[in-house]
Amino acid sequence: MARQDVDAITGTETTGHEWDGIKELNTPLPKWWLYVFYVTIVWAIIYSILYPAWPSLSGYTRGLLGYSSRAEFNQRMAALDAERAVWREKINNSSLEQIANDPDLLTIAIAGGRVVFANNCAPCHGTNAVGRPGGFPALGDDDWLWGGSLEAIHTTIEHGIRNTTDADARLSQMPAYGEGLLDRNQIAAVAQHVLFLGGHGADDATGAAIFADNCAACHGELGKGNHELGAPNLTDQIWLYGNDKNAIIQQITHPKQGVMPAWQGRLSETEIKQAAIYVHSLGGGE
Amino acid sequence: MTSAEPSAPAIDASPAVPTLPTRRRPPPKAPTGGDGPAPGDTGRLYAEHIKVQPRSVQGFWRRIKWWVLTVLLGLYYLAPWLRWDRGPGAPDQALLVDMPGRRAYFFGIEIWPQEVYYLTGLLILGAIGLFLVTALFGRVWCGFTCPQTVWTDLFMWVERKIEGDRNARIRLDKGPLTFDKAWKKVTKHLAWLLIALATGGAWIMYFNDAPTVVREFFTGQASTAVYGFIGLFTMTTYVLAGWAREQVCIYMCPWPRFQGAMFDEDSFIVTYEEWRGEPRAPARKGEAVAAGKGDCVDCGMCWQVCPTGVDIRKGQQMACIGCALCVDACNSVMARFGRPPELITYDSINNQLARARGDSTRTRLLRVRTIAYVALLAVVASVMVFTLATRSRLEVNVLPDRQPLFVKLSDGSYRNGYTLKILNMARETKTFLLATEGLPGSEITVTGIQAQPSTSVELTVSPDDVGTFRVFVKAPPTSLAGERTDFHFVLTDLATRQMLNHATIFNGP
Repeated sequence: MARQDVDAITGTETTGHEWDGIKELNTPLPKWWLYVFYVTIVWAIIYSILYPAWPSLSGYTRGLLGYSSRAEFNQRMAALDAERAVWREKINNSSLEQIANDPDLLTIAIAGGRVVFANNCAPCHGTNAVGRPGGFPALGDDDWLWGGSLEAIHTTIEHGIRNTTDADARLSQMPAYGEGLLDRNQIAAVAQHVLFLGGHGADDATGAAIFADNCAACHGELGKGNHELGAPNLTDQIWLYGNDKNAIIQQITHPKQGVMPAWQGRLSETEIKQAAIYVHSLGGGE
Repeated sequence: MTSAEPSAPAIDASPAVPTLPTRRRPPPKAPTGGDGPAPGDTGRLYAEHIKVQPRSVQGFWRRIKWWVLTVLLGLYYLAPWLRWDRGPGAPDQALLVDMPGRRAYFFGIEIWPQEVYYLTGLLILGAIGLFLVTALFGRVWCGFTCPQTVWTDLFMWVERKIEGDRNARIRLDKGPLTFDKAWKKVTKHLAWLLIALATGGAWIMYFNDAPTVVREFFTGQASTAVYGFIGLFTMTTYVLAGWAREQVCIYMCPWPRFQGAMFDEDSFIVTYEEWRGEPRAPARKGEAVAAGKGDCVDCGMCWQVCPTGVDIRKGQQMACIGCALCVDACNSVMARFGRPPELITYDSINNQLARARGDSTRTRLLRVRTIAYVALLAVVASVMVFTLATRSRLEVNVLPDRQPLFVKLSDGSYRNGYTLKILNMARETKTFLLATEGLPGSEITVTGIQAQPSTSVELTVSPDDVGTFRVFVKAPPTSLAGERTDFHFVLTDLATRQMLNHATIFNGP
């Protein structure tokens, strides 16, 4: 076997091997190091008895202390819920105006409303309420069909629009003028007048007359809209179904009318209030 | 380690054959040496712990060590009690790291988490300073200022006061368990635990208000974290300074292992003048040096006073922490024998070689290495001082909305949303005027503050706080340059009229 020299300076033995003249001292480890190592082994055994440790074929050893990170999570969620109950009470008992005027409540309502919106409203209205093609309005602009005040938004969320489940759902019906009420030329004339009202193009006298007879009742004489009937403002720059003449003709002929579910019963009172505050805070609230 | 024994043979570590009737014991073998098995033995895997019982010593270096210990421990225990008034609602402790509040305080300087690089700078300064000192004076960190050394020194002093000096302690350990022995041991450990508790407590006081946490600790009101950390540091101080002692230096600490890279031949280190001391021979007081013998009388004082139990006569070794107590011990013996002092001395290797040859010596403190360290220190320190002196107490972050990028409004104009965060690092409420620049015709609304669009809005931020604002900027389509228009937010401090520009973008169709 290799020769184990004793190093002259330290008196320690070498390992006995040599690599190109380089030798390695075999300095013994201290005994306390070994005892600490034994302690860690004992600790590991105790740990695996007390805590979940070993997988079995279909489960795992639970440990005598019955600890589980899932149970700890549930406890923390329960504690968090208890903390949130304080704010929940305050929001439930305050009016929308009061919430909007209290900076702390406002912050909490917006934060909660953002989550409610993302989980419930975003599928139709888009992330952060940018809107979606097909008639799902963007809620951040200042154009509202049914009103953009806090109360109006709250009512819209609570009862929905044109749904069959809520007795108080907002309801309005635009007649399908293309099905026997007006002929194609008349509709085209009206469309031209609508464009004129918005400042795009010349007026059409026939169209103006038909508009005054048929459309003004809901959309107003100058086409400014009516929040109570959900009749859009026809003179602004925001169009749900398209702003070129053909799109307008199409909408007059076979009008598309949006349906929104009623959230009363699906969301708690707190959540609806928070959602209303959030939508109002997006920048277009009145 | 540099093995600078030029012409001397390998040291013979066996004890000198006594020619005088003495009851001296042979020197115990230091833990790093002489403990190995004899050649041919299969060898023990693990070394027995040999308890080091240092003897007390008086002298110049011992006095220096006591001074350094007093100053350092005094600073450590008393600094948290210093007060500094920062105004109402702010902590009044001069040195404080406020973890929940995310602030660090050093007298008049307040550091936010974004400024943690000042701590990095301090650590770099500490490291370079340590390299410099070690290149100049050897292991002065280990021997004089290292917390392990300082607290072990203190604990050994307590042990000496209670159990007596080295010989008394050895006798006590070997003797039977009497009431006297038990009482001494218990008192010693209690004293150690008390000191350890004060040490752990002082640590906590750097992170909590000192008077408050002391009161809470003793009335049981402190948090679990406080009790936990005090318990942890008490235990580690007690175990490391009371029980482990030199085992930390020899086995646990990385610093001894790269000391070799820190010295050069001109660094001042604790050396034994082998050319003068060997061959060693015991002598009588007043006796002249016998012919062919060295100055070393093999009294054993040098290894008896060593806190790590090494024999410096074997030369530079990892376990020698450079505390220079052996210098004091040998000097006192040399004085008694009327021989020249500094047989063990603080000297450089070059000087030792020169002295051995009889040449003159020189002290070379200015070397490329030391000058480079000093230059680095100067550069880092001045960068830190400069950035600290010129740092702004106000910062603005603008986060433009990504969803939606822009909103078309009913009058045809476009609107972008931004989250504005104003970091007010001063200790007073600040009011700012927010306006835009580079976007003609634009108007601003801020949720909760300004509902009507306007060209400028007043924003108020509380002291030492971050103000978060939802800002909407509306711009006519004629001001936009396509999909992306660059413009600035301008923030004017109403009190100082200081203006802050922040570039941002306006997204369009």
